[in-house]
Amino acid sequence: MTFQAEWLRTTLLAISLAFVVTGPVLADSSTQPNTKPAEFKVTDFLLGNGMEVVVIPDHRAPIVTHMVWYKIGSADEPPGKSGIAHFFEHLMFKATTNHAAGEFDRAVSDIGGSNNAFTSYDYTAFHETVAPSSLELMMSFEADRMRNLILTDDVIKTERDVILEERRSRIDNNPQAVLDEEVDATLWQNQPYRIPVIGWMQEMEQLNRIDATAFYDKYYRPNNAVLIVAGDVEPDAVKALAEKTYGKVARGPDLPPRIRPVEPEQNTKRTVTLSDARVSVPSFSTQWVVPSYHSGKPGEAEALDLLAEILGGGNRSRLYQALVVQQGIASSAGAYFQGTMLDDTNFTVYGAPRGDAKLADVEAAVDAEVARIASGGVTPEELEKAKDRYVRSMIFARDKQDSMAEIYGSTLATGGNVRDVQQWPDRIRKVTADEVKAVAARYLVLARSTSGYLLPQQQAGN
Amino acid sequence: MNLHRHALSSPARGEGRTRAALATLVLSILFLILPALAARAMDIQQVTSPKGITAWLVEDYSVPVVAVRFVFGGGSTQDPPGKEGLANLMTGLFDEGAGSLDSEAFQIRLDDAGAEMSFDETRDGIYGSMRMLADQRDEAFDLLRLAVDEPRFDQAPIDRIRSQILSGIIANENDPDTIAQNKWARAIYGDHPYSRSDQGTRQSIAAITQDDLKALHKAVFARSGLHVAVVGAIDAETLKKKLDMVFGDLPQSQALTPVADVEPKLAQHLEVNYDLPQTSLQLAWPGVKRKSADFFPAVLMNEILGGGTFTSRLYQEVREKRGLAYGVNSSLVNQDHANALIVTTGTRSDRVAETLGIVRDVVKEMAENGPTEAELAATKKYMVGAYAINNLDSSSSIAATLVELQLDDLGIDYMQRRAGYINAVTLDQVKAAAKKLLTAEPTIMVVGPPLAGAGKG
Repeated sequence: MTFQAEWLRTTLLAISLAFVVTGPVLADSSTQPNTKPAEFKVTDFLLGNGMEVVVIPDHRAPIVTHMVWYKIGSADEPPGKSGIAHFFEHLMFKATTNHAAGEFDRAVSDIGGSNNAFTSYDYTAFHETVAPSSLELMMSFEADRMRNLILTDDVIKTERDVILEERRSRIDNNPQAVLDEEVDATLWQNQPYRIPVIGWMQEMEQLNRIDATAFYDKYYRPNNAVLIVAGDVEPDAVKALAEKTYGKVARGPDLPPRIRPVEPEQNTKRTVTLSDARVSVPSFSTQWVVPSYHSGKPGEAEALDLLAEILGGGNRSRLYQALVVQQGIASSAGAYFQGTMLDDTNFTVYGAPRGDAKLADVEAAVDAEVARIASGGVTPEELEKAKDRYVRSMIFARDKQDSMAEIYGSTLATGGNVRDVQQWPDRIRKVTADEVKAVAARYLVLARSTSGYLLPQQQAGN
Repeated sequence: MNLHRHALSSPARGEGRTRAALATLVLSILFLILPALAARAMDIQQVTSPKGITAWLVEDYSVPVVAVRFVFGGGSTQDPPGKEGLANLMTGLFDEGAGSLDSEAFQIRLDDAGAEMSFDETRDGIYGSMRMLADQRDEAFDLLRLAVDEPRFDQAPIDRIRSQILSGIIANENDPDTIAQNKWARAIYGDHPYSRSDQGTRQSIAAITQDDLKALHKAVFARSGLHVAVVGAIDAETLKKKLDMVFGDLPQSQALTPVADVEPKLAQHLEVNYDLPQTSLQLAWPGVKRKSADFFPAVLMNEILGGGTFTSRLYQEVREKRGLAYGVNSSLVNQDHANALIVTTGTRSDRVAETLGIVRDVVKEMAENGPTEAELAATKKYMVGAYAINNLDSSSSIAATLVELQLDDLGIDYMQRRAGYINAVTLDQVKAAAKKLLTAEPTIMVVGPPLAGAGKG
């Protein structure tokens, strides 16, 4: 938990997050000529009960990352039950008919492993990193809690207090997070991404055992789950262990397709403003609804990835060079695109002034760069360098086992498949300058955007 | 947005050395010990170049990447009085022009080389990292040499980076946690350099000149204070040449300002009143030196008290049983000149007294009776197994770990020895460590609305 430079860090974090999440990995043989790339063969198969399995061998260290991804996230929650997906994730660590509460955690720490879980809009994932000899044990615990959880009112009440504290610490204690929540609720008028993953406080307070049980029975099923195993293992061995553990869990009823409320066409410029005594330097962000890898036409999301990189992906980007280096009016400026989502997603630009510069000047300069890229497009050289950076990021990602597991897991949980990840570098390479210009012109229209302003208290009403 | 169930700090990348300053709430947990398995799998070579530069190398061709990590001892404690923020500003300038390349030319070359370079500082050191693609490593190493050996510190990038840092300082001026951490650092360190802001102040960073940067670079960037680790697709002979090229022309000796050791001042009650939905709590007890005989007993004790697992006593009592907090942990913080044991948590304002009471009760129980034999046995197993997972999961993290081992002078075969150190610790030693550290009256800081009829504290 860090409290320093939160306003800056939030944006930086968002960039790195987008980069990791949208940057799948170069699969199979490397294109690097002067090196000796190891075999990098990803295997996928289906268990008899419908559970998908992906194995990513990596024999550099005797470690294995084991992840179970459920295709259920906050955007799938019933109306009025916001936060249930995340709350339920917490409840998965309680007692089952076979194991007392805390037994799984103890088993993981006894072997020096690490474990945790996370929830997002489109998925909920549980993971352990252990020595390969403990893989079967992890599988047996995960398979057990997929179906045998015991939920009592006492457990619900205590853990609900924990998620309320989590909300206070993540959101309510942080003006930037409060604003971000309101911006999302304004950008999205119909699609459930308008609702925070952690939930609205007054709905979280009412979540109960009946909600949790209904949620569990509907979604925690092998045919709604993806198993990712990355590390010092072989596919055949993983398959045998998976059949022995997960394979014994009964398939659930088929779930209906995840068809969610669709966003109406946006015809307005919307703004959200928060003034707070804790803020000393103002900042802004502007967001647009854009397609994701899953919802877009072929090539659109790839073009948006490259657009985000060229416009504001780092210190060689147009926004950084223009606002921070040349004009000297901004302390930060950039852009990001979150492509790994089931439905349409958002594209964001942001900035904050430095010195005597005014926020309005920074915003005008960001808008000008957005307009310039939409009308003039990108140069072939910019495009090539952006592609190089993406391909490079994928090679770097191969160096970290759990990053690899997350790239595959998030892709499969949002409607993609193994081939989508493997072919991603080739698809990035194929994007043309015209395609980048086209997505900028089509989607980054200021008259149909949503901006959020975080202001010091005295600037209220400006 | 990803929400995680558990709020646990990332594990420390070093051992016996916590890189986060005590004055920030970024407190890491110490994990020790490597399983015999991982120790076997990792062959660490000591490489010494013709000019006498030594590095630890793990040669590995699985991924076409080379990760370099190095440190020069002497971090922001070397900032002259009135020039606080100097080391931090310097770390922002190494990729802003070097040799014949100005800022823009340097960054274009770096991007073309497919490499990522970063520098950062702690109170006690200035760290550099580089991650490069194996087939472009010559170009990347050339740029690293320029950055390390011939940084330009041109006025335009100085002014730009300085004003970005200034924006950050101003942005935090009304932030209750920043205010609280500054108050905390002054209260527990008094006049020691650890009490000063490593970012600097409005006034101090305005006072920094190009000459100050050059002088600090000259004093710190010398071979006597250097530790290097390299992991990835490179062999020892090639690395020797690169070491001489990058570091071989640096001066032999550092010229550091001596820094005194300091004991954090305890038994204080600090409050920062602010209308917040959740109140943060931070408590400090005495720590233990890395070289002290009771280091491992203390590390095991801390792990059981509130360390990196979901089974720790604080986690169980504060969160699992009572739902008082989302996160709670204890950490041993080891810096070059100060050590402490820190507990942090946060709870809603009307439960502060209750939470503080539970934390203090758990600590008191540990001080008086220590852990059980079963807790100690389980924690030993955990710490033996967890090291590889927490410290060796990528080329960059292996390189970072190897640099910390060198800084702590633990020896190249340390990973094979360390399970032995852990397993040799007795229950009596852990009980003694608990009594020694935790019977002191802690310094407590409360950040939130004023306490109504405060509890124990």
